[in-house]
Parts: sequence; structure tokens; C-alpha cells
Amino acid sequence: MIKSANKRTEISRQVVLPFMKSLEISLKSIRVRFFRSMITTVSFILGVSFLTFVRVGTDTANGLLQTQDPTYRQALMQAGYDLEPGATSTGSSAKERWIVILSLLVCVVGIVNAQLMAVTERFREIGTIKCLGALDSFVLRLFVLEAGMQGLAGAGIGALLGTVAALLNSIIRFGLVAWKHVYWLAVAKSIVFALTVGCVLSLLGVIYPAIVAARMHPVEAMRVEQ
Amino acid sequence: MSNSHSIVRVSGVTKIFKLRKHDVEALRGVDLEIYSGEYLSIMGPSGSGKSTLFNMIGGLDKPSSGKVFIDEVDIAQLDAYELAWLRCRKIGYIFQTFNLIQVMTALENVTLPMIFAGMHNDAAVEKGLELLGVVGLGDRFQHKPFELSGGQQQRVAIARAMANDPAIILADEPTGNLDLTTGEEIIELLKRLSEENSVTVISATHDFKMLSVSDRVVWIRDGRIDKVEEREQLSISVGEIAHRG
Repeated sequence: MIKSANKRTEISRQVVLPFMKSLEISLKSIRVRFFRSMITTVSFILGVSFLTFVRVGTDTANGLLQTQDPTYRQALMQAGYDLEPGATSTGSSAKERWIVILSLLVCVVGIVNAQLMAVTERFREIGTIKCLGALDSFVLRLFVLEAGMQGLAGAGIGALLGTVAALLNSIIRFGLVAWKHVYWLAVAKSIVFALTVGCVLSLLGVIYPAIVAARMHPVEAMRVEQ
Repeated sequence: MSNSHSIVRVSGVTKIFKLRKHDVEALRGVDLEIYSGEYLSIMGPSGSGKSTLFNMIGGLDKPSSGKVFIDEVDIAQLDAYELAWLRCRKIGYIFQTFNLIQVMTALENVTLPMIFAGMHNDAAVEKGLELLGVVGLGDRFQHKPFELSGGQQQRVAIARAMANDPAIILADEPTGNLDLTTGEEIIELLKRLSEENSVTVISATHDFKMLSVSDRVVWIRDGRIDKVEEREQLSISVGEIAHRG
């Protein structure tokens, strides 16, 4: 019995995949399947940039409101903001929030679909590395890392695009004066929020496909038909 | 063979696959002992249970009843960690479709199992280059699989299978996707490596070229062992096969 216990601890030390190596493998997979990765990333870019656009738009409107200038208030009302008399700040409307949530939901469904396809496409690769001694957790880690990087890249580009679009939009609507009153801390907060949402969504979207991949049997690697 | 110990022992193994309401008996009680260092071929027509038996021996599938021992360890008793360890250190796999990781170079393919085994990167690279040299691809270590021919890919796969000095090499139709001469070269290479490193080679095949290098051939039919032939007996029956074929 003692012997088998020893063997067990010895084993637990011996099957490893260092973090840097898994990062390297994930980066390579992304690079090789660049076009596929791009499609996944574009869906993040769209979802996140919409979210940022709405939030930064609200931030610039708040900046204008804080000037207490009635002409801006009038301009904002004309632009479609529901302002209570005397209000010094505005939030995004319920309708806007719903559209954002829905768009992000669609985005996640798209990600799940794309990742599931990636898993079926790579069943042989997954089976093979399991034959070489990979644990379920290695496979899980590879997929999560890959999705995390796609999510981060997509969210980053999306946040940037959304911010630029929202700022340009308010400049076109209200003139350069809007730029002067932008409350930059709020904009920064919105960007961080969008980045976080993007990463969380990418992880949410990959969990199920990654579990499917991790549970795949090594015998799949033996299958001859494509 | 009598003085070498058995590396794989299969006793009373049955395997039943459930297909909707029908049970399909792929194996109906197989007993087999494979000795360390031998070159064994498992022959049989498709649907004979050959692949099922092969997968059991490789720890890729668990029997419905009966036991499979690898190095006197019952594989049904192993947890996921220990199975992974077994696959990593004890067994090298060679596939019909080569199964190199497409995104990695030849060298990275060979070093991957060593990385899993906890070897330091530099040591793994050094050994990987050495192994690629042994299989005759020393100058092609930076090529990706799609830049290599089928035979070359299978050589990389053999180097990869040898990476952690396994006790057993499992080859599933290793020549199935190769032409005649390339197939012969691969068989020769396997035989040479098995002799030089005293590795047990177990291959499932219906390539008759395999017979001439095999120490023993196990014939499977309808989920049972039809006959086991030693090499001496083979020369006689090969004529018979040629006649049959």
C-alpha cells in the first residue's frame, strides 16, 4: 500500500504543462487559424464597441449637463435624452440598456457556436495530445487561454472604437464644446467596464466548448474518417 | 521469450458496445500475454474486434469485464492522473493518420511529450533533435507537418512516440496511409528501434509486410483470438495467405 501511495505522489508531479508553454501553444493556434479567430474577435469588437458607444455617449451628455447651460440642455433633449427638469445627470435609458444586453447575448451565443466548431474541428489534435499524456485540465486551459486572448483583443479594439465613435458623435451633434466638457474619469471607467464585460463574456462563451473538448476521449485520435 | 517478463496481460476481456437497444459484442473473452521487447502484430479483418483489443491494450478503453494489466498494473484501477501518466511515460502511440499537431514544427511535436513529462525545455530540445536524427530527419526539425511527406510525417510521429523512452509502442495501422516502399521503410525503422531500445511494439494492421518482422502474430476473428503464430510458423502460413489473398 505504501508503495502505491508513493507512486501516486510521484505521478502527480510528473505530468505537467508549464503556463508559458500553454500560452505559447494557444498563441500559435490563434496565429494558424487567424481567419477563424478574427471572426470570433470581430463579434466581440461589435458587441463591446456598441456597449462603449452607449456608455461614453452618456458620459459626454453628463459632461454637458454639468455645465448647467440651458442651451446644451435643450440640445440634449432634442438629441433624445429624457431629462427631468433640474436633473444634473442622466443614465442610459431602459430601452438602450436592453438593446445592449441583447446584443451582448447574441455575441455570446455566436462565441459558443464558433468555439464548438473549433472543438469539433480539432478533435484529432485534442485526442492526440491526450494520448501524449495531457490531462483534461491542460486541454481546458488551452481553450480558455485562447478565448481569453481573443476576448481581450476584441474587447480592447471594441472599447477603443466605441469611445472614438461616441466622442465623434457628440462633437458632430453638439460642437467642439462637448469635447471640452467630457468627464474623462467617467470615460475611463466606461472603458474598463467594457473590457471587463468583454473578457467575462469570452470566458462565459468558452466554458461549455472547453469542457466538451477536455472530456473528449483519447481514442478519438484513432478515428480514421475525417 | 520464456525468460522475459510480460509487459501486457489481457485476461478474460470482453467488451460490449450498446447501440440503441442492441448490444454488440466486440470482444468475447480474450486472453493474451505480451512479453517485453517483442514485436507483436494483431491481424484481423475490419469489424473483428482488432481495434477494440488494441485500444484496451493501450489504456484507451476499459473492458466490460475481465482485466488488462500493463506492467502488472490493472488499468481499470487507475484514475485520470495515473492514466495520463501511463500514456505519457509508458506508452508511445503511432497513428494511421500520423496525427502530428499541425500548428507545431517537427521538433515541437517531438518535444511536447517530454514537456508533459516535466523535462526541462533545453534538455527536451536536445533529445528531440537527437531523436529526429535517429529517424533520419535531423535537418528538417523546423518544418511544419504540411511541409513533410507522409513517410516523413510518420517518422516524426515515431520520434515523438519514442520521446519519453516508453516500454510499449502502440502502432495503429502505421503503414495504412503510406505507399509500398515508404511503408516498408517505416516497418524497418520500427523494427530497428524496437531492437535497439528493447521496446515492445504492438501494431494493429492488415498489412502483410508487417508479418516478416513480427515475432508473433495474433489473429483475431469475431471477437476471439483465432490463433497466435510464432515467427517460425509464419513462413509457412504466409504462402497460404498469399494464396488466400
